[in-house]
Amino acid sequence: MIKIAGLRKKLGAKQVLDGVDLEIRTGETVVVLGPSGTGKSVLLKHILGLMPADEGSIQVDGEEIVGLGETALNQIRRRFGMLFQGAALFDSMTIAENVAFALREHMKLSEDEILQRVRERLEWVGLKDLEDAKPSSLSGGMRKRVGLARAIVMDPQFILYDEPTTGLDPITADVIDELIRAMQKRLGVTSIVVTHDLHCAFKIGDRMAMLYGGKVVFCGTPEETKTTRNPYMRQFMDGSSVGPIQPV
Amino acid sequence: MSYASVWRSGAGYLVDRLAGAIAQIGRVTLMYGDMIRYTFLRGPALRLVVEQMNTIGVGSLGLVLVVSLFTGAVAAVQAAYQFSTVVPLKYIGSVILRSTIIELGPVLTALVVGGRVGASIAAELGTMKVTEQIDAMRAIGINPIRYLVVPRVVAATIMLPVITIFSNAISVFGGYVVAVTSIGVSTATYVNGLKDFFYMKDLLSGLLKAFVFGNIIGTMGCYFGMATEGGAEGVGTATTRAVVSSCVLVLVSDYLLASVLFRIIFRDQ
Repeated sequence: MIKIAGLRKKLGAKQVLDGVDLEIRTGETVVVLGPSGTGKSVLLKHILGLMPADEGSIQVDGEEIVGLGETALNQIRRRFGMLFQGAALFDSMTIAENVAFALREHMKLSEDEILQRVRERLEWVGLKDLEDAKPSSLSGGMRKRVGLARAIVMDPQFILYDEPTTGLDPITADVIDELIRAMQKRLGVTSIVVTHDLHCAFKIGDRMAMLYGGKVVFCGTPEETKTTRNPYMRQFMDGSSVGPIQPV
Repeated sequence: MSYASVWRSGAGYLVDRLAGAIAQIGRVTLMYGDMIRYTFLRGPALRLVVEQMNTIGVGSLGLVLVVSLFTGAVAAVQAAYQFSTVVPLKYIGSVILRSTIIELGPVLTALVVGGRVGASIAAELGTMKVTEQIDAMRAIGINPIRYLVVPRVVAATIMLPVITIFSNAISVFGGYVVAVTSIGVSTATYVNGLKDFFYMKDLLSGLLKAFVFGNIIGTMGCYFGMATEGGAEGVGTATTRAVVSSCVLVLVSDYLLASVLFRIIFRDQ
């Protein structure tokens, strides 16, 4: 379980997170929705300790991570997988080297075992016979799938997805949604998905949280979300520029 | 705008710049501290260091050798011109050798490598930073200082003295070619000049300088690369800053090292 309480972060003059409270229960998928620039990615980076919090608490299975040093955080991070918005593949490495990177650095496996695990994970995300390709030769959707294979290669307890379908055509986006659902079933992981794609959110989310003004202004199941009268969520669902959410 | 408000905004700007510079020095020092910690406590990954030694050292050799060849040639022409009626030409080999191994070899090699390698390191790490590859590395539980910075700085520190040895040799050869073919000095005279005034302390002091310069180039490239913000513009800015700061620091440290080596350590020898 991940429990976030009173999380605050100021970047420059802007208070990006202003007391975020959110609980992600073991095994569930929480989708964090919100307009661009509301701090959704910043929230994910705090959960992994990639950015230091100004105030507040983040507990991972009861262990406080705010204030931990880099070495202690590295131990926690091994329990996580993260799919970055642009996939963030290491462009000096091949696809297989990208997926194998964490295995080579953290686990004492033979080259055969590593190769086997890499092939298996690439097959899970629907990519075969691409081990020796470089990331620059892949399409956006394929890069995201390699990013997903890299995120799940260590059998993480938690997976964080940063805008997994942004920039993809609707069909490829649906393929990614299906993959995320398949990973939930296959690995039984706890997931946090940051997106502003409502189609993706309803397809994969067990609960939805709306981030606006640095706070979680709504949180509920997909059914509650569809029928809510919360003005922020309503405006976001309607895609209207009129309402409490000010267009940037 | 009144005189007082202009003065206040000017003073405010200077204070901001000074605070920025102090903060920058602080950040470089913190990164250097981490680097030392990972280099000596955990040891750099040998495979990565060797990879970088190849990229930084072998990759720069061709350019450095061309520059060194012509530096030696120019040194011979200049020496012949300045000696003219004052100093016998038999000393031309000695002058080229000593000026090369003490000063021209290490400094010119550092400036050439600083331009090529400093820019390449800053651009590579800067691109990794803005495309979240550094964050991805940290998310996997790998420390980017240990994985990316230490191998590059260690490789640059080791390889600069090695390249400087090649640079010295080619520069002296360039001087020889010009001295023999267009100044009228015989091979024997040139070689005797080299032998008569060769001192090991000159060579060692030049290599010590190269060692320090290599460390500066690697550190500046890595620091500005890791500190990159923004997109392509940020990478461009980081690259420029890495090259400019490397070159300036090489020349400043050259003066400081020359003062320590030749005014204190080797003064009475």
